Amino acid sequence: MRYGRAPETLKDIAFALPAGSFHFLTGPSGAGKSSLLKLIYLAHRASRGRVELFGRDVSTIRAADQPMIRRRIGVVFQEFRMLEHLSVFDNVALPLRIAGRKPDSYRNDIAELLAWVGLEKRMHALPATLSGGEKQRLGIARAVVNRPDLLLADEPTGNVDHEMALRILRLFVELNRMGTTVLIASHDDDLVAHARKSVLRLERGRLLAPPSASIGNRGGEL
Amino acid sequence: MSESFDVRRWRPGPLLPKRDERDFALTFVVAVLCLLACLTALTAIAADRGARGWSRQLTGSATIVVRPKGAESPDAAAARAAETLAGLKGVTEARALAKADAEELLEPWIGREALLEDLPVPRLVTVELHPETPASAQSLDAALQAAGLDASVDDHSRWIGDIERSAALIRWAAIGVFILIAAAAAATIAFATRAGLAARRDVIEVLHLSGAKAPFIARLFQARFARMSAVAGLFGAAGAAMIGAGLRLAGGGAGLAPVLPLVWSDLAWLLPCPVIAALTAALAARGVAIRLTGELAG
Repeated sequence: MRYGRAPETLKDIAFALPAGSFHFLTGPSGAGKSSLLKLIYLAHRASRGRVELFGRDVSTIRAADQPMIRRRIGVVFQEFRMLEHLSVFDNVALPLRIAGRKPDSYRNDIAELLAWVGLEKRMHALPATLSGGEKQRLGIARAVVNRPDLLLADEPTGNVDHEMALRILRLFVELNRMGTTVLIASHDDDLVAHARKSVLRLERGRLLAPPSASIGNRGGEL
Repeated sequence: MSESFDVRRWRPGPLLPKRDERDFALTFVVAVLCLLACLTALTAIAADRGARGWSRQLTGSATIVVRPKGAESPDAAAARAAETLAGLKGVTEARALAKADAEELLEPWIGREALLEDLPVPRLVTVELHPETPASAQSLDAALQAAGLDASVDDHSRWIGDIERSAALIRWAAIGVFILIAAAAAATIAFATRAGLAARRDVIEVLHLSGAKAPFIARLFQARFARMSAVAGLFGAAGAAMIGAGLRLAGGGAGLAPVLPLVWSDLAWLLPCPVIAALTAALAARGVAIRLTGELAG
């Protein structure tokens, strides 16, 4: 994968994530962690090679077919990406609204989820009035609200304290238990060590020899 | 504030941000362009009517110059010529001009002093022709000769060609200017819509990454920009209608001037303006939203 005419950001990467697995993606800054996530959540196309999601080749997928794939993916963005004119509650409801769900079918779930991430007193607030940590938790709530098949998180605990980081980790583990495949890009070595999950390590755009059995042959869910 | 948030009463908020000063600027620009396009349309309609009027006036009349013969007085000869022509097929009215009227016509050319009592001023007969089946110059001439009159017929054919060419030129020039202004207005509406939508790229990105399909995003924006342009078009058309009505009232029965005659029903041509502005903006917004979403899709 490359941006414009720049040198390739990612190259010679081959791995598969089995459905329902849990992985961390680590590596120094600039190693290509965010780029790899963008490739997976279809924000970029691979300049060469092949990306399969849910058993489907998405490297050449038509733009019109992308939304249905994307609705199965929850993404926690490093830069939050909120609709600034909407309340916390509305931002979390966004994926469900877009999927065509009726408000009565999810309003209580959202309230419960926001309580879980500690934003129960900020439901009516606008994103601009939230702290970095609150925005982070809002992003997480929005990413998991529709119980995605695949959850991608780019530094999801970068702006929260250790206690909240562990709480967020528990949320991800809980989702994983319910069947969601989880891939978390993180610099937080303590969190990675604490989770004791499979680790993919990227360096200079290449995937180092994977230490766990979850990385290897093509096929599977991802 | 947050403590009072009632989940049961929550209703989804609008997916697009409220209008801001950029949207008001866009509305103003579109309204001004619609006003200009409407005024040009009225001018084109009036110019077309004026041009048709000139041609109709020339082709619908003829002038006869009567020269008395023998003992017959000029006035008697003119009266006889008018009487002869009045009964002719294709003539609706024939009227002999009195000497004073003929002198009045000559005065701009030769002056009052030259109009001596004994100057043989020719007598004129004006003939109004039937608008559908006008009598030809030849038939008028033949009728006058048969009545024993020395007269020559001027059916304005020498000028009609030039006048019709000029009228057509004015008509097409007005239509051309209208098309140019309307096209410029449409292009500017489309451009301004694109600019307004590009400023909301962040919103499009979030919706797109949340799984919204391109037509869903396009519908949001096309509805917003169509409404905005319809309102602007309404203001533009209303402004042009008020100016048109003012000119019609100021000009009396002739409208702005005899050259550009305007009638009340012409204002009805302004009614489609808001719809055309709305459609233009909606199409532009839809096209840009789908293109931007396509770019995001990679």
